[in-house]
Amino acid sequence: MKTTKFNIIKNLILGLFFVLASTPSFAIDIANDSKDSEIEEEFNVTDMIMHHVKDAHEFHVMDWKGHAISIPLPIILWTENGLVTFMSSEFQHDDLGNVVVEKNGQNFVKFHEEIYYANDSANEEGSYLTLNTEDHPENSYPMDFSITKLVFSMFFSVILLVFIFGLSARSYHKNGVPKGIAKFTEPLVVFIRDEVAIPNIGEKNYKKFMPFLLSLFFFIWINNMMGLIPFFPFSANLSGNIAFTLVLALITFVITTIVANKEYWKHIFWMPGVPVPMKLFLAPIEFMGIFIKPISLMIRLFANITAGHIIVLSLISLIFIFESIWIAPISIAFSFFISIIEVLVVAIQAYIFTMLSALYIGSAMEEHEH
Amino acid sequence: MDLVTPDVGLLFWTFISFAILFFVLKKFAWKPIVGTVNDREQSIKDALASAENAKKEMQNLTADNERILKEARAEREMMIKEARDLKTKMISDAKEETKATTDKMIIQAQEAIENEKKSAMADLKNQVASLSVEIAEKVIKGELSNKDKQLKIVEDMLGEATLN
Repeated sequence: MKTTKFNIIKNLILGLFFVLASTPSFAIDIANDSKDSEIEEEFNVTDMIMHHVKDAHEFHVMDWKGHAISIPLPIILWTENGLVTFMSSEFQHDDLGNVVVEKNGQNFVKFHEEIYYANDSANEEGSYLTLNTEDHPENSYPMDFSITKLVFSMFFSVILLVFIFGLSARSYHKNGVPKGIAKFTEPLVVFIRDEVAIPNIGEKNYKKFMPFLLSLFFFIWINNMMGLIPFFPFSANLSGNIAFTLVLALITFVITTIVANKEYWKHIFWMPGVPVPMKLFLAPIEFMGIFIKPISLMIRLFANITAGHIIVLSLISLIFIFESIWIAPISIAFSFFISIIEVLVVAIQAYIFTMLSALYIGSAMEEHEH
Repeated sequence: MDLVTPDVGLLFWTFISFAILFFVLKKFAWKPIVGTVNDREQSIKDALASAENAKKEMQNLTADNERILKEARAEREMMIKEARDLKTKMISDAKEETKATTDKMIIQAQEAIENEKKSAMADLKNQVASLSVEIAEKVIKGELSNKDKQLKIVEDMLGEATLN
């Protein structure tokens, strides 16, 4: 199949593109391979990029001789008959709804990384799903709480963060002088305090929100960074997933709403200092603003990180679009350049998310003097 | 469209992960790190403030010292000046006194000389008078014997007679 052959090239390039660039004989093999596969299937850039940017039920490490090497991850489903768990390897890398897994008296198939209840019999293409005209399954589906690639990556990032900051905190026990990794983390912590928390929330209240802002900043940043590293166990596009940014933005929204004082609500529903018609005009706008603020947070992070991934993948895909190995140096140079920029972007996005969260919280607690 | 549809599973796990991360890090990392950093900054601030105070005190002390030194110097100067004045005064007094004494002595001496002179003159007058009388006696005696001889006697007498 075309996709598996393509996967060899793709993963090797993503993972070891320097090695690849310095091995001409190998590169020629790739060129030959892609020529063979042309006949089978057109290379679909959108599908490939979407596949990489989205979640998956197994962690794909690499392909070797047409055989995918991937880490199976647990699938946890809340079905009509209760909780069902099994390993994703039982689907045998199938993603088209062709392999049925029977558990707890129910049949499941995986289609485009979503789990559906299977039909009783396969259709002519071997799929146990009923697809509508837009190729979307019409089958019902259970609630999917699986430890997917992104969830796995997230747990990994949590462990990393606890490890890094646990170590940092330990080095303070003796005499309060930072040692080792704390020398690196302390300036960041101080930066969040001095540049994010204090200016936006104020000297009086900032201490309460420091744990939240620090956790938020480092959680986003480390996941952004992990997304940039193109090999196992990193490479998951977690912070470019809308569910991830939604939860974080929602937490900011909830905190903002809880800590908001009377002045904040007054400024939304009955803006002081303007004529009554203006008050009436501003109230719905300000009210919408309550929700637009966290939504903008959510979309900003999601779009920035996803865009970064799409750009890098698109540049790599140029090789396959032009079907020429001579494009490789250019596309690698560009993707390298973009990757360097992305390192900056991910840090800035983590900072902006944290900064705006602090700003929203700060503005909700602000005490106006007039 | 899939891209912007949040999965319920990921929502759930993100929330759980962030909650766990938040509480674990809050207890084991942020509290000690932020606490220590704040404490350290406070202690640095305090140390700087106390150093500033010490500096101020030092400055005060130096100022005091300088003031005392200045006063001492002024006093010394005054004492020296007084001593010099006293010295000058003593010298001039002594000079005046000496001058007065000398003047007085000179006047006394002059008076004494004058008196001596007067008495000497009186003596001389008396002697001249007695000599004159003697001469007159001899002359008269010589006259009486020889006129020439008499004259000669007078002349001799006169030649012998030395005034004073």
